[in-house]
Amino acid sequence: MLQSVSDFLVITKRQLLQMIRIPEVLIFATIQPAMFVLLFRYVFGGAIDSGVDGGYVQLLMPGIFVQTVAFTLAATAVGLAADMQKGLIDRFRSLPISRSAVVIGRTVGDTLQNVVTLVVMGLVGFLVGWRPSSGPVKIFLGFLFLLAFGYSMSWIGVLIGLSVREERVAQNLVFMTVFPLTFLSNAFAPTTGMPKVLQYFAEWNPVSTMVAACRELFGTENIFGATANSWPSQNPILMSLIYMILLVAIFAPISVRKYVRVSK
Amino acid sequence: MKSIIAQELVKTYDKGAVKALDGLSLEVEEGTVLGLLGPNGAGKTTTVRVLATLLTPDSGSATVAGIDVLKHPDEVRKIIGLSGQYAALDETLTGWDNLTMFGRLYHLNSAASKKRAEELLEKFSLTDAAKRPIRTYSGGMRRRLDLAASLIVKPKVLFLDEPTTGLDPRGRMEMWDVIDELVKGGVTLLLTTQYLEEADHLADSIAVIDTGKVIARGTADELKNQVGGERLEITVEVDQIAAATKLVELVSGTTPTVDSGIRRISAPVSNGSASLIQVLRLLDDAKIHPLDIGLKRPSLDDVFISLTGHVAEVISEEVVGGKNAAKRK
Repeated sequence: MLQSVSDFLVITKRQLLQMIRIPEVLIFATIQPAMFVLLFRYVFGGAIDSGVDGGYVQLLMPGIFVQTVAFTLAATAVGLAADMQKGLIDRFRSLPISRSAVVIGRTVGDTLQNVVTLVVMGLVGFLVGWRPSSGPVKIFLGFLFLLAFGYSMSWIGVLIGLSVREERVAQNLVFMTVFPLTFLSNAFAPTTGMPKVLQYFAEWNPVSTMVAACRELFGTENIFGATANSWPSQNPILMSLIYMILLVAIFAPISVRKYVRVSK
Repeated sequence: MKSIIAQELVKTYDKGAVKALDGLSLEVEEGTVLGLLGPNGAGKTTTVRVLATLLTPDSGSATVAGIDVLKHPDEVRKIIGLSGQYAALDETLTGWDNLTMFGRLYHLNSAASKKRAEELLEKFSLTDAAKRPIRTYSGGMRRRLDLAASLIVKPKVLFLDEPTTGLDPRGRMEMWDVIDELVKGGVTLLLTTQYLEEADHLADSIAVIDTGKVIARGTADELKNQVGGERLEITVEVDQIAAATKLVELVSGTTPTVDSGIRRISAPVSNGSASLIQVLRLLDDAKIHPLDIGLKRPSLDDVFISLTGHVAEVISEEVVGGKNAAKRK
Protein backbone atom coordinates (compact mmCIF):
# COMPACT_ATOMS: atom_id res chain seq x y z
CA MET A 1 0.00 0.00 0.00
CA LEU A 2 2.70 2.44 1.06
CA GLN A 3 4.64 1.33 -1.96
CA SER A 4 1.74 2.21 -4.27
CA VAL A 5 1.57 5.68 -2.77
CA SER A 6 5.26 6.22 -3.35
CA ASP A 7 4.87 4.90 -6.93
CA PHE A 8 2.19 7.39 -7.85
CA LEU A 9 4.07 10.22 -6.16
CA VAL A 10 7.06 9.49 -8.40
CA ILE A 11 4.79 9.79 -11.44
CA THR A 12 3.28 13.01 -10.11
CA LYS A 13 6.73 14.38 -9.46
CA ARG A 14 7.62 13.61 -13.05
CA GLN A 15 4.87 15.96 -14.18
CA LEU A 16 5.96 18.72 -11.85
CA LEU A 17 9.48 18.30 -13.22
CA GLN A 18 8.08 18.63 -16.74
CA MET A 19 6.58 21.97 -15.73
CA ILE A 20 9.99 23.14 -14.61
CA ARG A 21 11.86 21.73 -17.62
CA ILE A 22 9.43 23.16 -20.16
CA PRO A 23 7.85 26.20 -18.53
CA GLU A 24 6.32 27.18 -21.88
CA VAL A 25 3.61 24.60 -21.34
CA LEU A 26 2.54 26.03 -18.03
CA ILE A 27 2.86 29.58 -19.24
CA PHE A 28 0.65 28.78 -22.20
CA ALA A 29 -1.81 26.94 -19.97
CA THR A 30 -2.12 30.07 -17.83
CA ILE A 31 -2.04 32.71 -20.52
CA GLN A 32 -4.93 31.15 -22.39
CA PRO A 33 -7.43 31.32 -19.51
CA ALA A 34 -6.14 34.75 -18.50
CA MET A 35 -6.75 35.88 -22.07
CA PHE A 36 -10.26 34.44 -21.92
CA VAL A 37 -10.90 36.44 -18.74
CA LEU A 38 -9.83 39.65 -20.44
CA LEU A 39 -11.68 38.98 -23.70
CA PHE A 40 -14.97 38.02 -22.09
CA ARG A 41 -14.68 40.73 -19.48
CA TYR A 42 -14.24 43.50 -22.03
CA VAL A 43 -16.00 42.12 -25.13
CA PHE A 44 -19.19 40.70 -23.61
CA GLY A 45 -19.00 42.52 -20.29
CA GLY A 46 -20.16 45.72 -21.90
CA ALA A 47 -22.92 44.11 -23.94
CA ILE A 48 -24.47 41.80 -21.38
CA ASP A 49 -26.67 43.46 -18.82
CA SER A 50 -25.75 41.33 -15.84
CA GLY A 51 -27.99 42.89 -13.26
CA VAL A 52 -25.74 41.81 -10.39
CA ASP A 53 -23.67 43.95 -8.07
CA GLY A 54 -20.19 44.40 -9.39
CA GLY A 55 -21.20 43.65 -12.96
CA TYR A 56 -20.67 40.84 -15.47
CA VAL A 57 -17.21 39.91 -14.22
CA GLN A 58 -18.74 38.45 -11.02
CA LEU A 59 -20.75 35.99 -13.14
CA LEU A 60 -17.99 35.47 -15.63
CA MET A 61 -15.20 34.37 -13.28
CA PRO A 62 -16.90 31.21 -11.96
CA GLY A 63 -17.76 30.36 -15.58
CA ILE A 64 -14.21 30.70 -16.77
CA PHE A 65 -12.85 28.82 -13.78
CA VAL A 66 -15.13 25.88 -14.50
CA GLN A 67 -14.33 25.95 -18.20
CA THR A 68 -10.64 25.87 -17.41
CA VAL A 69 -10.79 22.96 -14.98
CA ALA A 70 -13.11 21.06 -17.34
CA PHE A 71 -10.21 21.16 -19.78
CA THR A 72 -8.12 19.11 -17.37
CA LEU A 73 -9.70 16.28 -19.32
CA ALA A 74 -7.79 17.50 -22.36
CA ALA A 75 -4.49 17.82 -20.54
CA THR A 76 -4.78 14.29 -19.19
CA ALA A 77 -5.92 12.75 -22.46
CA VAL A 78 -3.23 14.45 -24.54
CA GLY A 79 -0.49 13.71 -22.01
CA LEU A 80 -1.33 10.02 -21.76
CA ALA A 81 -1.81 9.63 -25.50
CA ALA A 82 1.67 11.09 -25.99
CA ASP A 83 3.12 8.67 -23.44
CA MET A 84 1.36 5.80 -25.22
CA GLN A 85 2.65 6.91 -28.58
CA LYS A 86 6.23 7.13 -27.37
CA GLY A 87 6.16 3.74 -25.68
CA LEU A 88 6.60 5.22 -22.24
CA ILE A 89 3.45 3.51 -20.99
CA ASP A 90 4.96 0.21 -22.11
CA ARG A 91 8.04 0.86 -20.06
CA PHE A 92 5.95 1.76 -17.02
CA ARG A 93 3.96 -1.41 -17.49
CA SER A 94 7.14 -3.48 -17.51
CA LEU A 95 8.10 -2.12 -14.08
CA PRO A 96 7.16 -3.71 -10.78
CA ILE A 97 4.83 -0.88 -9.81
CA SER A 98 1.18 -0.88 -8.79
CA ARG A 99 -1.18 -1.01 -11.74
CA SER A 100 -2.92 2.21 -10.83
CA ALA A 101 0.17 4.29 -10.05
CA VAL A 102 0.68 5.76 -13.51
CA VAL A 103 -2.90 6.91 -14.01
CA ILE A 104 -3.38 8.18 -10.47
CA GLY A 105 -0.06 9.98 -10.67
CA ARG A 106 -1.18 11.60 -13.92
CA THR A 107 -4.57 12.77 -12.59
CA VAL A 108 -3.00 14.17 -9.43
CA GLY A 109 -0.26 15.88 -11.44
CA ASP A 110 -2.79 17.51 -13.74
CA THR A 111 -4.74 18.70 -10.72
CA LEU A 112 -1.64 20.29 -9.23
CA GLN A 113 -1.17 22.16 -12.51
CA ASN A 114 -4.67 23.47 -12.04
CA VAL A 115 -3.67 24.98 -8.72
CA VAL A 116 -1.15 27.19 -10.49
CA THR A 117 -3.59 28.05 -13.28
CA LEU A 118 -6.40 28.95 -10.86
CA VAL A 119 -4.16 31.20 -8.79
CA VAL A 120 -3.07 33.12 -11.88
CA MET A 121 -6.64 33.42 -13.16
CA GLY A 122 -7.92 34.52 -9.77
CA LEU A 123 -5.34 37.29 -9.69
CA VAL A 124 -6.14 38.42 -13.23
CA GLY A 125 -9.85 38.35 -12.31
CA PHE A 126 -9.21 40.44 -9.25
CA LEU A 127 -7.34 42.99 -11.38
CA VAL A 128 -10.33 43.39 -13.69
CA GLY A 129 -12.86 43.75 -10.92
CA TRP A 130 -13.79 40.30 -9.62
CA ARG A 131 -14.66 40.60 -5.94
CA PRO A 132 -15.92 37.37 -4.33
CA SER A 133 -18.05 38.45 -1.39
CA SER A 134 -18.70 35.25 0.53
CA GLY A 135 -15.78 35.28 2.94
CA PRO A 136 -12.51 33.31 3.00
CA VAL A 137 -13.92 29.92 4.00
CA LYS A 138 -16.47 29.80 1.19
CA ILE A 139 -13.99 31.19 -1.31
CA PHE A 140 -11.53 28.46 -0.33
CA LEU A 141 -14.28 25.86 -0.63
CA GLY A 142 -15.10 27.25 -4.05
CA PHE A 143 -11.55 26.67 -5.27
CA LEU A 144 -11.49 23.24 -3.68
CA PHE A 145 -14.68 22.44 -5.55
CA LEU A 146 -13.06 23.53 -8.80
CA LEU A 147 -10.01 21.34 -8.20
CA ALA A 148 -12.22 18.37 -7.35
CA PHE A 149 -14.23 18.87 -10.54
CA GLY A 150 -11.03 19.09 -12.58
CA TYR A 151 -9.81 15.89 -10.95
CA SER A 152 -12.96 13.97 -11.80
CA MET A 153 -12.89 15.23 -15.40
CA SER A 154 -9.28 14.08 -15.57
CA TRP A 155 -10.43 10.45 -15.24
CA ILE A 156 -12.42 10.72 -18.48
CA GLY A 157 -9.19 12.02 -20.00
CA VAL A 158 -7.34 8.89 -18.86
CA LEU A 159 -9.74 6.65 -20.72
CA ILE A 160 -9.61 8.82 -23.85
CA GLY A 161 -5.83 9.12 -23.80
CA LEU A 162 -5.29 5.37 -23.42
CA SER A 163 -7.90 4.60 -26.07
CA VAL A 164 -6.87 6.90 -28.90
CA ARG A 165 -3.09 6.45 -28.39
CA GLU A 166 -2.19 9.38 -30.59
CA GLU A 167 -1.55 12.83 -29.27
CA ARG A 168 -3.14 14.68 -32.16
CA VAL A 169 -6.25 12.55 -32.25
CA ALA A 170 -6.69 13.00 -28.52
CA GLN A 171 -6.34 16.74 -28.90
CA ASN A 172 -8.99 17.03 -31.61
CA LEU A 173 -11.37 14.69 -29.87
CA VAL A 174 -11.34 16.42 -26.51
CA PHE A 175 -11.59 19.92 -27.91
CA MET A 176 -14.55 18.90 -30.04
CA THR A 177 -16.37 17.57 -26.98
CA VAL A 178 -15.31 19.84 -24.13
CA PHE A 179 -15.80 23.15 -25.94
CA PRO A 180 -19.50 22.62 -26.72
CA LEU A 181 -20.02 21.27 -23.22
CA THR A 182 -18.66 24.44 -21.66
CA PHE A 183 -20.64 26.74 -23.96
CA LEU A 184 -23.94 24.85 -23.75
CA SER A 185 -24.15 26.04 -20.18
CA ASN A 186 -24.80 29.03 -18.00
CA ALA A 187 -21.09 29.85 -17.88
CA PHE A 188 -21.07 32.93 -20.10
CA ALA A 189 -24.65 33.85 -20.93
CA PRO A 190 -28.16 33.19 -19.63
CA THR A 191 -29.62 29.89 -20.78
CA THR A 192 -32.99 31.56 -21.36
CA GLY A 193 -31.96 32.59 -24.85
CA MET A 194 -31.44 28.98 -25.94
CA PRO A 195 -34.06 26.76 -27.63
CA LYS A 196 -36.08 24.78 -25.05
CA VAL A 197 -34.25 21.47 -25.65
CA LEU A 198 -30.86 23.07 -25.18
CA GLN A 199 -32.10 24.81 -22.06
CA TYR A 200 -32.82 21.46 -20.44
CA PHE A 201 -29.49 20.11 -21.57
CA ALA A 202 -27.76 23.22 -20.24
CA GLU A 203 -29.43 22.93 -16.86
CA TRP A 204 -28.43 19.29 -16.40
CA ASN A 205 -24.96 19.90 -17.81
CA PRO A 206 -22.38 19.33 -15.04
CA VAL A 207 -20.61 22.47 -16.23
CA SER A 208 -23.74 24.49 -15.41
CA THR A 209 -24.24 22.95 -11.98
CA MET A 210 -20.58 23.57 -11.23
CA VAL A 211 -20.80 27.18 -12.40
CA ALA A 212 -23.94 27.71 -10.33
CA ALA A 213 -22.29 26.07 -7.31
CA CYS A 214 -19.20 28.27 -7.65
CA ARG A 215 -21.31 31.42 -8.03
CA GLU A 216 -23.02 30.45 -4.81
CA LEU A 217 -19.73 29.76 -3.05
CA PHE A 218 -18.18 32.99 -4.30
CA GLY A 219 -21.28 34.95 -3.27
CA THR A 220 -22.88 35.96 -6.58
CA GLU A 221 -26.50 35.41 -7.47
CA ASN A 222 -26.72 32.93 -10.35
CA ILE A 223 -29.03 34.88 -12.64
CA PHE A 224 -27.79 32.97 -15.72
CA GLY A 225 -29.35 29.68 -14.67
CA ALA A 226 -32.42 28.30 -12.99
CA THR A 227 -34.73 29.39 -15.79
CA ALA A 228 -36.45 26.04 -16.08
CA ASN A 229 -36.45 25.56 -12.34
CA SER A 230 -35.00 22.10 -12.68
CA TRP A 231 -33.70 20.20 -9.66
CA PRO A 232 -30.01 20.58 -10.58
CA SER A 233 -30.37 24.33 -10.91
CA GLN A 234 -32.06 24.44 -7.52
CA ASN A 235 -29.39 22.29 -5.82
CA PRO A 236 -26.22 23.03 -7.73
CA ILE A 237 -23.73 22.13 -4.99
CA LEU A 238 -25.30 18.78 -4.22
CA MET A 239 -25.79 17.97 -7.91
CA SER A 240 -22.19 18.85 -8.68
CA LEU A 241 -20.98 16.59 -5.90
CA ILE A 242 -23.09 13.76 -7.25
CA TYR A 243 -21.66 14.33 -10.73
CA MET A 244 -18.09 14.27 -9.42
CA ILE A 245 -18.64 11.08 -7.45
CA LEU A 246 -20.28 9.46 -10.47
CA LEU A 247 -17.47 10.49 -12.79
CA VAL A 248 -14.77 9.03 -10.54
CA ALA A 249 -16.80 5.94 -9.63
CA ILE A 250 -17.40 5.14 -13.30
CA PHE A 251 -14.23 6.27 -15.02
CA ALA A 252 -11.52 5.44 -12.46
CA PRO A 253 -12.11 1.65 -12.48
CA ILE A 254 -12.63 1.53 -16.25
CA SER A 255 -9.49 3.58 -16.82
CA VAL A 256 -7.33 1.47 -14.54
CA ARG A 257 -8.60 -1.67 -16.26
CA LYS A 258 -7.81 -0.10 -19.59
CA TYR A 259 -4.29 0.67 -18.42
CA VAL A 260 -3.70 -2.89 -17.27
CA ARG A 261 -4.78 -4.29 -20.63
CA VAL A 262 -3.63 -1.56 -22.92
CA SER A 263 -1.06 -2.66 -25.35
CA LYS A 264 0.61 -0.67 -27.99
CA MET B 1 19.44 -24.08 -16.75
CA LYS B 2 17.01 -22.45 -19.13
CA SER B 3 16.47 -18.84 -18.32
CA ILE B 4 13.73 -18.17 -20.85
CA ILE B 5 11.26 -20.78 -22.05
CA ALA B 6 8.39 -20.02 -24.39
CA GLN B 7 6.07 -22.80 -25.43
CA GLU B 8 3.61 -22.75 -28.29
CA LEU B 9 2.79 -19.05 -28.00
CA VAL B 10 -0.16 -17.95 -30.09
CA LYS B 11 -1.37 -14.39 -30.43
CA THR B 12 -3.91 -13.30 -32.98
CA TYR B 13 -5.42 -9.95 -33.78
CA ASP B 14 -8.60 -8.84 -35.48
CA LYS B 15 -10.49 -11.95 -34.34
CA GLY B 16 -7.91 -14.38 -35.61
CA ALA B 17 -7.44 -12.73 -39.00
CA VAL B 18 -3.89 -11.67 -38.20
CA LYS B 19 -1.60 -14.23 -36.60
CA ALA B 20 1.22 -12.39 -34.87
CA LEU B 21 2.46 -15.53 -33.12
CA ASP B 22 1.65 -18.93 -34.51
CA GLY B 23 2.88 -21.51 -32.02
CA LEU B 24 6.24 -19.94 -31.29
CA SER B 25 8.57 -21.84 -28.98
CA LEU B 26 12.07 -20.96 -27.87
CA GLU B 27 14.56 -21.51 -25.07
CA VAL B 28 17.48 -19.47 -23.88
CA GLU B 29 20.18 -20.97 -21.70
CA GLU B 30 21.11 -18.92 -18.65
CA GLY B 31 23.92 -16.46 -19.28
CA THR B 32 23.72 -16.72 -23.06
CA VAL B 33 22.50 -14.46 -25.82
CA LEU B 34 19.74 -15.52 -28.19
CA GLY B 35 19.29 -13.45 -31.32
CA LEU B 36 15.75 -13.48 -32.61
CA LEU B 37 16.21 -12.78 -36.28
CA GLY B 38 13.42 -11.97 -38.68
CA PRO B 39 11.94 -9.36 -40.98
CA ASN B 40 9.48 -6.71 -39.88
CA GLY B 41 6.19 -8.20 -38.90
CA ALA B 42 7.60 -11.67 -38.23
CA GLY B 43 6.56 -11.58 -34.58
CA LYS B 44 9.79 -10.50 -32.89
CA THR B 45 8.33 -7.59 -30.99
CA THR B 46 5.20 -9.54 -30.06
CA THR B 47 7.39 -12.29 -28.60
CA VAL B 48 9.32 -9.79 -26.51
CA ARG B 49 6.11 -8.14 -25.37
CA VAL B 50 4.67 -11.45 -24.19
CA LEU B 51 7.86 -12.40 -22.34
CA ALA B 52 8.11 -8.95 -20.76
CA THR B 53 4.53 -9.28 -19.39
CA LEU B 54 3.12 -6.51 -21.58
CA LEU B 55 0.91 -8.73 -23.67
CA THR B 56 -1.16 -11.79 -22.81
CA PRO B 57 -1.00 -14.51 -25.47
CA ASP B 58 -4.15 -16.31 -26.63
CA SER B 59 -2.53 -19.60 -25.69
CA GLY B 60 0.81 -21.07 -24.78
CA SER B 61 3.03 -20.59 -21.76
CA ALA B 62 6.29 -18.91 -20.86
CA THR B 63 8.69 -18.73 -17.97
CA VAL B 64 11.44 -16.23 -17.29
CA ALA B 65 14.08 -17.25 -14.74
CA GLY B 66 11.75 -20.06 -13.74
CA ILE B 67 8.82 -17.72 -13.04
CA ASP B 68 5.57 -18.16 -14.92
CA VAL B 69 5.02 -15.02 -16.97
CA LEU B 70 1.25 -15.36 -17.09
CA LYS B 71 0.70 -16.36 -13.46
CA HIS B 72 3.19 -14.10 -11.71
CA PRO B 73 3.85 -11.12 -13.96
CA ASP B 74 4.75 -8.89 -11.00
CA GLU B 75 7.55 -11.23 -9.95
CA VAL B 76 8.84 -11.29 -13.51
CA ARG B 77 8.85 -7.50 -13.71
CA LYS B 78 11.23 -7.32 -10.77
CA ILE B 79 13.99 -9.24 -12.54
CA ILE B 80 13.76 -8.19 -16.17
CA GLY B 81 14.99 -5.22 -18.11
CA LEU B 82 13.30 -4.11 -21.33
CA SER B 83 14.58 -1.72 -23.92
CA GLY B 84 12.49 -1.25 -27.00
CA GLN B 85 13.09 -0.03 -30.50
CA TYR B 86 11.40 3.22 -29.69
CA ALA B 87 13.41 4.85 -26.96
CA ALA B 88 10.78 4.96 -24.24
CA LEU B 89 11.89 7.88 -22.16
CA ASP B 90 10.38 11.14 -21.09
CA GLU B 91 11.79 13.45 -23.72
CA THR B 92 11.09 16.64 -21.83
CA LEU B 93 13.10 15.51 -18.82
CA THR B 94 16.87 15.24 -18.60
CA GLY B 95 18.80 11.98 -18.66
CA TRP B 96 19.35 12.34 -14.95
CA ASP B 97 15.62 12.93 -14.28
CA ASN B 98 14.72 9.85 -16.26
CA LEU B 99 17.16 7.50 -14.58
CA THR B 100 16.35 8.66 -11.06
CA MET B 101 12.63 8.41 -11.82
CA PHE B 102 12.95 4.84 -13.07
CA GLY B 103 15.22 4.04 -10.11
CA ARG B 104 12.49 5.18 -7.75
CA LEU B 105 9.95 3.12 -9.67
CA TYR B 106 12.18 0.08 -9.21
CA HIS B 107 11.84 0.92 -5.52
CA LEU B 108 15.36 2.06 -4.86
CA ASN B 109 15.44 4.75 -2.20
CA SER B 110 16.30 8.29 -3.17
CA ALA B 111 20.03 8.02 -2.42
CA ALA B 112 20.39 4.63 -4.11
CA SER B 113 18.54 5.78 -7.23
CA LYS B 114 20.83 8.81 -7.53
CA LYS B 115 23.94 6.70 -7.06
CA ARG B 116 22.75 4.20 -9.67
CA ALA B 117 21.89 7.00 -12.11
CA GLU B 118 25.38 8.39 -11.72
CA GLU B 119 26.98 4.98 -12.30
CA LEU B 120 24.92 4.29 -15.38
CA LEU B 121 25.47 7.71 -16.93
CA GLU B 122 29.18 7.22 -16.43
CA LYS B 123 29.13 3.70 -17.84
CA PHE B 124 27.26 4.79 -20.97
CA SER B 125 29.36 7.93 -21.50
CA LEU B 126 26.40 10.21 -20.90
CA THR B 127 27.65 12.10 -17.86
CA ASP B 128 28.17 15.29 -19.88
CA ALA B 129 24.63 15.14 -21.21
CA ALA B 130 23.05 14.21 -17.87
CA LYS B 131 21.46 17.60 -17.30
CA ARG B 132 20.17 18.06 -20.83
CA PRO B 133 16.63 17.17 -21.89
CA ILE B 134 16.47 13.93 -23.87
CA ARG B 135 14.99 15.70 -26.88
CA THR B 136 18.42 17.24 -27.47
CA TYR B 137 20.11 13.80 -27.58
CA SER B 138 21.23 12.02 -30.75
CA GLY B 139 19.57 8.73 -31.69
CA GLY B 140 22.52 6.76 -30.35
CA MET B 141 22.51 8.63 -27.04
CA ARG B 142 18.80 7.99 -26.59
CA ARG B 143 19.25 4.29 -27.17
CA ARG B 144 22.09 4.16 -24.69
CA LEU B 145 20.04 5.96 -22.08
CA ASP B 146 17.08 3.72 -22.81
CA LEU B 147 19.31 0.71 -22.30
CA ALA B 148 20.70 2.25 -19.11
CA ALA B 149 17.14 2.63 -17.81
CA SER B 150 16.56 -1.08 -18.31
CA LEU B 151 19.68 -1.95 -16.28
CA ILE B 152 18.82 -0.05 -13.13
CA VAL B 153 18.21 -3.11 -10.99
CA LYS B 154 20.81 -5.34 -12.71
CA PRO B 155 18.21 -7.56 -14.33
CA LYS B 156 18.70 -11.31 -14.57
CA VAL B 157 17.09 -11.34 -17.99
CA LEU B 158 17.31 -8.54 -20.48
CA PHE B 159 15.14 -8.01 -23.57
CA LEU B 160 16.43 -5.73 -26.29
CA ASP B 161 14.01 -5.14 -29.11
CA GLU B 162 15.92 -4.03 -32.20
CA PRO B 163 18.49 -2.05 -30.25
CA THR B 164 20.21 -0.63 -33.32
CA THR B 165 17.37 -0.12 -35.81
CA GLY B 166 17.53 3.38 -37.17
CA LEU B 167 21.00 4.12 -35.86
CA ASP B 168 23.81 5.28 -38.12
CA PRO B 169 26.83 2.95 -38.44
CA ARG B 170 28.71 4.73 -35.69
CA GLY B 171 25.76 4.59 -33.32
CA ARG B 172 25.40 0.91 -34.12
CA MET B 173 29.05 0.21 -33.34
CA GLU B 174 28.78 2.05 -30.03
CA MET B 175 25.67 0.11 -29.13
CA TRP B 176 27.37 -3.18 -30.00
CA ASP B 177 30.27 -2.33 -27.71
CA VAL B 178 27.88 -1.55 -24.88
CA ILE B 179 25.96 -4.79 -25.39
CA ASP B 180 29.20 -6.80 -25.63
CA GLU B 181 30.21 -5.37 -22.30
CA LEU B 182 26.88 -6.35 -20.74
CA VAL B 183 27.05 -9.87 -22.05
CA LYS B 184 30.47 -10.32 -20.45
CA GLY B 185 28.75 -9.47 -17.17
CA GLY B 186 26.73 -12.67 -17.51
CA VAL B 187 23.22 -11.40 -18.19
CA THR B 188 20.82 -13.60 -20.13
CA LEU B 189 19.86 -11.64 -23.19
CA LEU B 190 17.15 -12.00 -25.77
CA LEU B 191 17.82 -9.67 -28.63
CA THR B 192 15.71 -9.09 -31.70
CA THR B 193 17.19 -7.85 -34.91
CA GLN B 194 16.63 -7.65 -38.63
CA TYR B 195 20.34 -7.86 -39.33
CA LEU B 196 22.09 -11.19 -39.70
CA GLU B 197 25.35 -9.40 -39.14
CA GLU B 198 24.15 -8.10 -35.79
CA ALA B 199 22.90 -11.46 -34.62
CA ASP B 200 26.19 -12.91 -35.83
CA HIS B 201 28.17 -10.41 -33.81
CA LEU B 202 26.18 -10.40 -30.58
CA ALA B 203 24.38 -13.70 -30.20
CA ASP B 204 25.54 -17.14 -29.06
CA SER B 205 22.71 -18.71 -30.95
CA ILE B 206 20.10 -17.48 -33.38
CA ALA B 207 16.45 -18.31 -33.88
CA VAL B 208 15.07 -17.25 -37.24
CA ILE B 209 11.40 -16.38 -37.12
CA ASP B 210 8.90 -15.82 -39.86
CA THR B 211 5.11 -15.40 -39.70
CA GLY B 212 5.06 -15.99 -35.96
CA LYS B 213 7.05 -19.24 -35.90
CA VAL B 214 10.67 -20.21 -35.35
CA ILE B 215 11.74 -21.67 -38.67
CA ALA B 216 15.39 -22.36 -37.95
CA ARG B 217 17.81 -22.21 -35.09
CA GLY B 218 21.49 -22.63 -34.64
CA THR B 219 24.70 -20.68 -34.39
CA ALA B 220 25.49 -18.04 -36.96
CA ASP B 221 27.88 -20.38 -38.76
CA GLU B 222 25.36 -23.19 -38.86
CA LEU B 223 22.78 -20.90 -40.39
CA LYS B 224 25.17 -19.50 -42.91
CA ASN B 225 26.14 -22.97 -43.98
CA GLN B 226 22.48 -23.76 -44.44
CA VAL B 227 22.24 -20.76 -46.72
CA GLY B 228 25.26 -21.92 -48.64
CA GLY B 229 28.04 -19.80 -47.23
CA GLU B 230 29.88 -17.24 -49.30
CA ARG B 231 29.63 -16.78 -53.02
CA LEU B 232 32.27 -15.56 -55.37
CA GLU B 233 30.95 -13.12 -57.92
CA ILE B 234 32.80 -11.63 -60.85
CA THR B 235 31.74 -9.44 -63.71
CA VAL B 236 33.73 -9.47 -66.97
CA GLU B 237 33.48 -8.25 -70.55
CA VAL B 238 31.09 -10.28 -72.75
CA ASP B 239 33.81 -11.93 -74.83
CA GLN B 240 35.58 -13.15 -71.71
CA ILE B 241 32.61 -14.81 -69.99
CA ALA B 242 33.38 -18.29 -71.28
CA ALA B 243 37.04 -18.20 -70.27
CA ALA B 244 36.34 -16.69 -66.87
CA THR B 245 33.59 -19.21 -66.15
CA LYS B 246 36.08 -22.03 -66.66
CA LEU B 247 38.47 -20.48 -64.16
CA VAL B 248 35.75 -19.96 -61.57
CA GLU B 249 34.67 -23.55 -62.02
CA LEU B 250 38.24 -24.67 -61.49
CA VAL B 251 38.49 -22.82 -58.19
CA SER B 252 35.03 -23.44 -56.77
CA GLY B 253 34.73 -27.02 -57.90
CA THR B 254 31.12 -26.50 -58.96
CA THR B 255 29.41 -25.27 -62.09
CA PRO B 256 29.05 -21.50 -61.76
CA THR B 257 25.82 -19.64 -62.38
CA VAL B 258 26.22 -17.31 -65.34
CA ASP B 259 23.97 -14.31 -65.90
CA SER B 260 25.07 -13.15 -69.33
CA GLY B 261 22.71 -10.17 -69.24
CA ILE B 262 24.74 -8.49 -66.56
CA ARG B 263 27.88 -10.48 -67.46
CA ARG B 264 28.11 -11.95 -63.96
CA ILE B 265 29.51 -15.30 -62.99
CA SER B 266 28.93 -16.57 -59.50
CA ALA B 267 29.64 -19.74 -57.55
CA PRO B 268 29.62 -20.83 -53.92
CA VAL B 269 33.06 -21.08 -52.35
CA SER B 270 34.02 -22.64 -49.07
CA ASN B 271 37.22 -20.80 -48.20
CA GLY B 272 36.29 -17.28 -49.26
CA SER B 273 39.37 -15.10 -49.38
CA ALA B 274 41.73 -17.87 -50.48
CA SER B 275 39.44 -18.63 -53.41
CA LEU B 276 39.25 -14.99 -54.26
CA ILE B 277 43.03 -14.65 -54.44
CA GLN B 278 43.33 -17.83 -56.46
CA VAL B 279 40.79 -16.65 -59.00
CA LEU B 280 42.45 -13.26 -59.24
CA ARG B 281 45.80 -14.90 -60.03
CA LEU B 282 44.28 -17.15 -62.65
CA LEU B 283 42.42 -14.25 -64.25
CA ASP B 284 45.58 -12.20 -64.30
CA ASP B 285 47.53 -15.03 -65.92
CA ALA B 286 44.78 -15.32 -68.53
CA LYS B 287 44.91 -11.54 -69.10
CA ILE B 288 41.27 -11.20 -68.10
CA HIS B 289 40.54 -7.99 -66.23
CA PRO B 290 37.33 -8.27 -64.25
CA LEU B 291 35.11 -5.21 -64.08
CA ASP B 292 34.04 -6.22 -60.63
CA ILE B 293 34.96 -9.03 -58.31
CA GLY B 294 34.05 -9.88 -54.77
CA LEU B 295 32.78 -12.23 -52.15
CA LYS B 296 29.14 -11.98 -51.24
CA ARG B 297 28.25 -12.96 -47.71
CA PRO B 298 24.80 -14.35 -47.13
CA SER B 299 22.34 -11.69 -46.11
CA LEU B 300 19.09 -11.93 -44.21
CA ASP B 301 17.38 -12.10 -47.57
CA ASP B 302 19.46 -15.11 -48.52
CA VAL B 303 18.60 -16.81 -45.23
CA PHE B 304 14.97 -16.15 -45.86
CA ILE B 305 14.90 -17.26 -49.41
CA SER B 306 16.68 -20.44 -48.50
CA LEU B 307 14.60 -21.16 -45.39
CA THR B 308 11.16 -20.09 -46.46
CA GLY B 309 11.35 -20.06 -50.21
CA HIS B 310 10.06 -16.51 -50.27
CA VAL B 311 11.60 -13.11 -50.08
CA ALA B 312 11.36 -11.50 -46.66
CA GLU B 313 8.31 -9.35 -46.89
CA VAL B 314 9.29 -5.85 -46.04
CA ILE B 315 6.53 -4.23 -44.08
CA SER B 316 7.37 -0.93 -42.51
CA GLU B 317 7.69 -1.41 -38.76
CA GLU B 318 5.91 1.92 -38.36
CA VAL B 319 2.83 0.33 -39.81
CA VAL B 320 3.16 -2.90 -37.88
CA GLY B 321 4.00 -1.27 -34.59
CA GLY B 322 1.84 1.78 -34.94
CA LYS B 323 -1.21 1.74 -37.14
CA ASN B 324 -2.19 -1.88 -36.99
CA ALA B 325 -1.36 -1.97 -33.33
CA ALA B 326 -3.66 0.97 -32.80
CA LYS B 327 -6.51 -1.21 -33.96
CA ARG B 328 -5.48 -3.98 -31.63
CA LYS B 329 -7.03 -4.27 -28.26
